[in-house]
Amino acid sequence: MAAPLALLLIVAVTIRAALFRTSLANLISERVEVVSPLNAWKRVVEGLALLDLDISPYSGDVFHETPMVIYLFHFLMDYAEITFMLADCLTAVALYLAVKDYNKQVFRKQKFALEADRIPMDCLELIRSPTEMYYIPLKVAMFYLLNPFTIVSCVAKCTCGLNNAVIALFILSTMRGSALLSAIFLALATYQSIYPLTLCVPALLYLLQRLYIPVNVRRSSFWFYTLQYLFMFLGSLLVLICLSFFLLGSWDFLPAVYGFILSVPDLTPNIGLFWYFFAEMFDHFRLFFLCVFQINVFFYTLPLSIKLKEHPVFLIFMQIALIAIFKSYPTVGDLSLYMAFLPVWNHLYRFLRNIFLVSCVLLACSALFPVLWHLWIYAGSANSNFYYAITLLFSVAQILLVSDYFYAFLRREHHLTNGLYLKKKDGSEATLVLK
Amino acid sequence: MGLLSDPNRRRALIGMLTRLNAPICMICYMAGVAWFMGLAFEPFTLRTYMSENAMGSTMVEERFPAGERALATGREFAAHKKKTGGMPVDWLVRTMQARGLEVYTQRFSRKLPFPDEDKERYMVKGTNVYGILRAPRAPRTEALVLSAPCSPGNENNQAVGILLGLAQYFRSQIYWAKDIIFLVNEHDLIGMQAWLEGYHHTNTTGMDWSPLQGRGGSIQAALSLELSSDVVTSLDLVLEGLNGQLPNLDLANLFYAFCQKIGVLCTTQGKLPRNDWDTTSGYSHAVQTMMLMVLKQASSRPWGDHGLFLRYHIEAASIKGVNSFRPYKTDATTVGRLLEGMYRKLNNLLERLHQSYFFYLMPSLTRFVSIGYYMPAFGLLALILLLRALDLWVQLSSPPTRTTEDGVEVVPASPGVLSILTPLVISHLTGVALYTLPVLSQELAVEHFPVSETEAVVLTAIAIYTAGLALPHNTHRLLAGEGTEQGWKVLKLVAVLYLAVLLGCTALINFSLGFILALTLVPLAAFITPHVPKTLSAVVMVILSPGLTLLFAVFFFQELQETPVTLQEGWMLYLSVISQGILDHALYGSLLYPLAALLVYPCWLLFWNILFWK
Repeated sequence: MAAPLALLLIVAVTIRAALFRTSLANLISERVEVVSPLNAWKRVVEGLALLDLDISPYSGDVFHETPMVIYLFHFLMDYAEITFMLADCLTAVALYLAVKDYNKQVFRKQKFALEADRIPMDCLELIRSPTEMYYIPLKVAMFYLLNPFTIVSCVAKCTCGLNNAVIALFILSTMRGSALLSAIFLALATYQSIYPLTLCVPALLYLLQRLYIPVNVRRSSFWFYTLQYLFMFLGSLLVLICLSFFLLGSWDFLPAVYGFILSVPDLTPNIGLFWYFFAEMFDHFRLFFLCVFQINVFFYTLPLSIKLKEHPVFLIFMQIALIAIFKSYPTVGDLSLYMAFLPVWNHLYRFLRNIFLVSCVLLACSALFPVLWHLWIYAGSANSNFYYAITLLFSVAQILLVSDYFYAFLRREHHLTNGLYLKKKDGSEATLVLK
Repeated sequence: MGLLSDPNRRRALIGMLTRLNAPICMICYMAGVAWFMGLAFEPFTLRTYMSENAMGSTMVEERFPAGERALATGREFAAHKKKTGGMPVDWLVRTMQARGLEVYTQRFSRKLPFPDEDKERYMVKGTNVYGILRAPRAPRTEALVLSAPCSPGNENNQAVGILLGLAQYFRSQIYWAKDIIFLVNEHDLIGMQAWLEGYHHTNTTGMDWSPLQGRGGSIQAALSLELSSDVVTSLDLVLEGLNGQLPNLDLANLFYAFCQKIGVLCTTQGKLPRNDWDTTSGYSHAVQTMMLMVLKQASSRPWGDHGLFLRYHIEAASIKGVNSFRPYKTDATTVGRLLEGMYRKLNNLLERLHQSYFFYLMPSLTRFVSIGYYMPAFGLLALILLLRALDLWVQLSSPPTRTTEDGVEVVPASPGVLSILTPLVISHLTGVALYTLPVLSQELAVEHFPVSETEAVVLTAIAIYTAGLALPHNTHRLLAGEGTEQGWKVLKLVAVLYLAVLLGCTALINFSLGFILALTLVPLAAFITPHVPKTLSAVVMVILSPGLTLLFAVFFFQELQETPVTLQEGWMLYLSVISQGILDHALYGSLLYPLAALLVYPCWLLFWNILFWK
């Protein structure tokens, strides 16, 4: 399997390197769908220039990346293109390995269940075969590397590629069961953009499951492990923040990065839901709705963790998707991370209901973004409502996609316990209705 | 959400849609065409009205007296033009200075990619002359433009005369709150492009021009005047700009309002508004007017010197004087008064024209249909594509074998990536060849064939277009082996969705173009399968192909303009239209040629591919 992966990496790097050399790169790096005020390369360059002049990069409200990133590029400025390509490859390889591990576990679990006769007889067609699962890791890597969203994001040198790499490494280390590395990468991801904080729960659930510690509030081993993990996580977060302070010599970055993410002062249009809403809002409601909008990301963690506590990896997927949809400055690079996971849930395909509709809408929206932007900004004949309508539709499609996968997952689990061909009491064929 | 979650109702709906797919598609197509034809029917259209407050309620009095003197200046200009054999720069500068304007000139030069045989130019060199009348009453942050072209031969001399006459008259008035720029541009649109790029410090087309020495404020509106006779019978308003962009409807309303007030006959597309909408001839008159607008808009080229202003958010229109055999004539003084009135109203603007519509069609100068009314016509046609896609999806996802088909989203998993990817790549490469080769290979063609450069470009384009028909439908089998039944369905699903997105985006930017393309491509996309009779379908497909659509459009346009052409003339016209399209792209950045070559043509080739699927 190494050879196809290597080939894939070469193809992906070639595409990116070729695109870096064309005039498209400039065009793409200006697109609001691809870069946000938080992760635009132009702003990183600006921050670096300020840093070189011994001025705090956060003065002037241009630069909003974390101090680590700016110091990273302080050394790698000349190799920026290679860094971004490497980050993408790293993400793909990490996801590849992680999914490979995950598939092994799924298969083992399925074997145990089969041996214990826990799967009803008519569900045999739901059983996953090794041949079907063999290519999934490669598909995941392919979905990440060849996804047009990832490619444009990399060509625009959007720093969200780095965040994706960190999250992918976090997933890999979690899969491998290394609590310390997992906590460190999670802290790094949280340090970069706050929202991955919610991934703490699935990681913990996964690690607990791996050590056969039941999730039970009355068990001391549960509390011991949880506190241990949280301690590692918070400790490394603290170390990162203190390190930033010592690098920079001031606490400027806290309001400039985290304040900027949470209070959403920059209302440049993007593919998210915030900009239009807050541009239209009266100032005295702003704080309230800010809380409502931001809570959205964190709100689903608890109910989802309760529902999916047996399936932490699916929970990770759900969380990444929710972050990408509800975060304050989303870009298409965020989407590409959770879309890479779609091949992992290939076996849910038969339970998906709206996949055709959703993919049509996503496709159409991706094409309409630049068109409506042109009509609004350049031609002046349309206005922001047109663009926001597409943003809204795009978000709705993503939500439908995620909820469709969620429903399909639950339904498969339901069938695995209750049998595939459900009968009503009178013997006719029953249908499952989601209400 | 019931539909999205209740499996029974979904199944019923999808069952109905797939069972009745063909009839529903037919009905949609006919309804779309009927809706479109209904747009010209007066009871379904809205009367134009002035939306902008600043221009609506205020009264202005027009007092321009010096029409005869303006015509005399025009004659003087003509004499100097003849003497210098081009733009009489010195004379213009002196005359404008004498009228109290700040005068500047701008030189520009441009080498066309290949000779333009219609206008007989290749290496273009010229000078724009413009004078700025500074606003006495306000900070000079905004400006209005009045332009007249300096055309070769005996044309547009009167326009320059009136422009200079108005400059002199405006200079003595005290109410101007915006700078007024009087521009005489050489080489029509090329000069205009140079001037606008100079004014806005942009360079999009790689043209050489000297930077502007003087500037006014940000330009709010512009009018371009074309007048070639001392008296006119009517004035024609031209709105269609680059890439089918239209100015705000209020500009048309303003023109109409003043024509009514002063009593000048006014037309759009050269057609007078008529009142007898309930008769057949009245309706067909409205249809003709609307179709002319649709065809002009679909051509994506600027139909007057104003066309390039629109790109810079400047509302602009051209006013053309028409002198026909009608008995009642309007003299130059009246035309001057009309322009004075329009400029005084524009002078009152507090912000850019934005109140009224930007997306509209006009079946007459007094009536319009807005985007909300005409979009359904396109929507009905696009719906056919979605229905076909749904039908194909259902066929693909419930085949006799229950394999995990991933369809569009996961093309790799479906029957042979190569069998889908190869036609896609090949047809796009053909498109790229069609886009790049004609201009690149002109020298080669001129060496080996007895043709001029222009002919070489056009004929190469046609040759590549035709060669494309032979190329793609054989090649995918080399790589992927025999195509399967599933294979063409997946390819068709991809092609149908591709076409839907493509047409949707086109219709948003340029409705007319999107609609005309949809009219021909949608039926083709709906019926093509490998199992229809080959020869007949191939003929139908060629007839409905984008290239022949253009040919028909040329004949139809001539027919509508009441200047029918013979087949021979039509063919020559067709060739010149193609060369103009390529030139428009190179000179002004018109998007029609790249759109047709890089996207529409490859998409059509995909369907061609499906027809010959084996």
